[in-house]
Amino acid sequence: MAKEKEKTVLITKDGTRHDGRKKEDIREIKFEVGVLDRADGSCLINWGRNKILAAVYGPRELHPKHMQMPDKALIRCEYRMATFSVPERKRPAPNRREREISKILGEALKPAVFDYLYPRSVIDVFIEVIQADGGSRCAAVCAASLAIADAGVPMKDLVAGCAAGILDGQVVLDLDDVEDKEGDGDLPFAYLPHTEEVVLLQSDGIFSQKEYKEALDMLIPASKKIYQMQRDALTNRYSRITEKVIETLDKEKTPAKSKEKKTEPAKKDSKKKADDKKDKEPAAEKAEKKKSGKRILGKKKTSPKEKAEKK
Amino acid sequence: MADTNLISLVEKQHIVSLLDHGKRTDGRAFDEFRKISIIPGYVAKAEGSAIVKIGRTKVIAGVKAQLGTPFPDTPDSGVVTTTVELVPIASPIFESGPPRAKAIELARVADRAIRESKCVNKESLVLISGKKVWILFIDIYVLDHDGNLFDACELAAISAIMNARIPETKIVTDEEGNEDVELLETTTPLKLDYTPISCTFGKIGKHIIVDPVLKEEGIEDARITFAFRDDDKICATQKGENGTFTVDELKKCIDIASERTKEIRSQLDKITDAKAYPWSEET
Amino acid sequence: MPVLIKDRSMVTPGETIAEGEYMLGSNVFRKEKQIISQVIGLVTIKDNHISVVSLKGKYFPRVGDLVIGKVTDVSLSSWIVDIESPYPGIIRTSSSLDRRFDPVKDDTRKIFDVGDIVVSKIFSFDRTRDPQLTLRNDNRSQSGPYLGKLTGGRVIKVSPSKIPRLIGRRGSMISTIKQYTNCRMIVGQNGCVWFKGNNFEDEFLVLQAIEKIDREAHTSGLTDRVKEFLEEMVKDRKPPTKTPKEEKPAEKKPAGEKKA
Repeated sequence: MAKEKEKTVLITKDGTRHDGRKKEDIREIKFEVGVLDRADGSCLINWGRNKILAAVYGPRELHPKHMQMPDKALIRCEYRMATFSVPERKRPAPNRREREISKILGEALKPAVFDYLYPRSVIDVFIEVIQADGGSRCAAVCAASLAIADAGVPMKDLVAGCAAGILDGQVVLDLDDVEDKEGDGDLPFAYLPHTEEVVLLQSDGIFSQKEYKEALDMLIPASKKIYQMQRDALTNRYSRITEKVIETLDKEKTPAKSKEKKTEPAKKDSKKKADDKKDKEPAAEKAEKKKSGKRILGKKKTSPKEKAEKK
Repeated sequence: MADTNLISLVEKQHIVSLLDHGKRTDGRAFDEFRKISIIPGYVAKAEGSAIVKIGRTKVIAGVKAQLGTPFPDTPDSGVVTTTVELVPIASPIFESGPPRAKAIELARVADRAIRESKCVNKESLVLISGKKVWILFIDIYVLDHDGNLFDACELAAISAIMNARIPETKIVTDEEGNEDVELLETTTPLKLDYTPISCTFGKIGKHIIVDPVLKEEGIEDARITFAFRDDDKICATQKGENGTFTVDELKKCIDIASERTKEIRSQLDKITDAKAYPWSEET
Repeated sequence: MPVLIKDRSMVTPGETIAEGEYMLGSNVFRKEKQIISQVIGLVTIKDNHISVVSLKGKYFPRVGDLVIGKVTDVSLSSWIVDIESPYPGIIRTSSSLDRRFDPVKDDTRKIFDVGDIVVSKIFSFDRTRDPQLTLRNDNRSQSGPYLGKLTGGRVIKVSPSKIPRLIGRRGSMISTIKQYTNCRMIVGQNGCVWFKGNNFEDEFLVLQAIEKIDREAHTSGLTDRVKEFLEEMVKDRKPPTKTPKEEKPAEKKPAGEKKA
């Protein structure tokens, strides 16, 4: 693929990559759920330098009618790249690569969705890559599954995935654009963490059997990690609202709040009371508190789930 | 579901009766824009980019620069083209596929404002006369559609151009005397002569409102867009929909548009914030 | 038989709620011994019964539901109604009108036209057929809710999963809102709410209250909070709500004062 091979060292002997990551390190990932107003569900993923938007419309009426299936919903996925998402301007019309990815992403999402609940309808999943930087199909499938969950569509599980690859004979996780172009192999992977069913698997380049198996073994814990981030992003969206309600409640200092507080841990109470004294101004201060609320909750939300998982 | 922006009679009556009382559904004055914010440089891989939010409408524009040959009839002029994609993530009524009439109209109006205002100095895009020029592609994607895409797309285009940096170049001559362009590592901002800004009006009954939201657009009889340059000259106009305007109404619209575009231009620094949150905030 | 997640806490799709012999409610499924959530929502555990209240999602039609929809198409003897669900609703003249309807002589458009808002009841729906709506109440001797075209007022959409909160226990929330705003309200199970007040201020108050409920539906003590909110808002402009019929001159004063 890449003809003008710059002689960047992709991976050193002690396993440090060109951007300082170790073999099994994935790039920084941030999910944001509910970023679009019009869509039924939406999610933005920042994965390294990838910026991908996923939006879900549906389940809704399917036209043309002959595409309707009597026993289940059609899951129609469309993966598109913005013209400016890549170094050389991409032509606006969808190319073969985009069509192929649209197809396999749709097929990867389908096992996760209870499609038999909505016969004759369609669930449209639209993915727009705003900036691409390697591993965009895995990032896209993670974002799309969150967008479906955000739309309230019943699902078996979220879809979590990551890519593995080979750099100078070593198996590594999550190739970025440079590594993807100059590395020796790429293995995108996605699965349903709860049931451990693999829903997306492709590979290009040469893998020995040992390398391939090693890659699969590395992908599982990485995907689990991403799965946890997905869950947190999903719950965070609603927890933020809960948090804000509690804040405004405390501000109002009304008798009704005593009822509310029983459900909230004591720790948060004391914090909120302290805040309460400081300010009573509505607009500007509220905005600030919104942010502080997010942070507190981000920490808190993980705890009950961790407990659950330990069991 | 519905393939058009069908507004129910109840909603229509409500909007109209509010207008009759001098009010709008979101509490704005008739000649008031929604909150505008611009997030420049969102896409690092593009030469220039910007997300523009007008209320809940969100639009992203990216500038890509490519070396190419100029049109034969204009050898001393670079090329600037603008496209708009109404991608289906933005609205339940948008469908994938080749651009439809609405997307083409949007792109042509944004393109006209950029081109006719001569905002980008096209001579400055020429590297070797008649042979090598910069071709600028301004591609606009509508991400969330809540009305007034005309102003959002135009503002996104100009913001992305203002944000753009293209590589500096050096002309090299080989032994045979052929000139060629060598790209340098350093970049330079585009040379801008003007900042065109547009202002769109919707006409519902006898009321004329600035920056209509989607619901207002759904019941508007006519629409008009004026784009203004810094020197207060009009550089593009587009009238749309089936209704009509009287000359007096148009004159009044021009006065308001002139004021609004001046305001936006003077506040560009204030509303442009790379750290602003580009997506929907809850509540 | 351990329950892993506490009652009323938030779960995501694929998250195990409990293990063992429990009754399955809505939005959960069983995989071997595990009870797993299908949606993002709040867990409800009552005795042996586990379900998840979804926080979002499209309306799924149910026979007997009152729905509010927008007429999107008219044919010679039926109307297609968008009821904000994956399936369009159909009203047929034969199964809805109390009088005779002759497709040759009578014009369906004179009854409902495209863009009209109609409140109706679902009388049949299954996996194979789109929901059929009716404008007749089941029991003709008793008067049911109003069914038919709605004129004036406003229609807004909230998430259908939040409709039970909007109605409240035995209609408590609805009656609270009505009481403070003097508005007429009809709540469709499909998430469409119609309301009509005496003036814009009252309608705006209803709108704010509904938006508050929509936003905060997953929190507890909501009825009390909405009551306080309305009380607070009404306090500021007592004269208009107390004398709804003379509101026009009275209401403008407080509005003007606020601005000044």
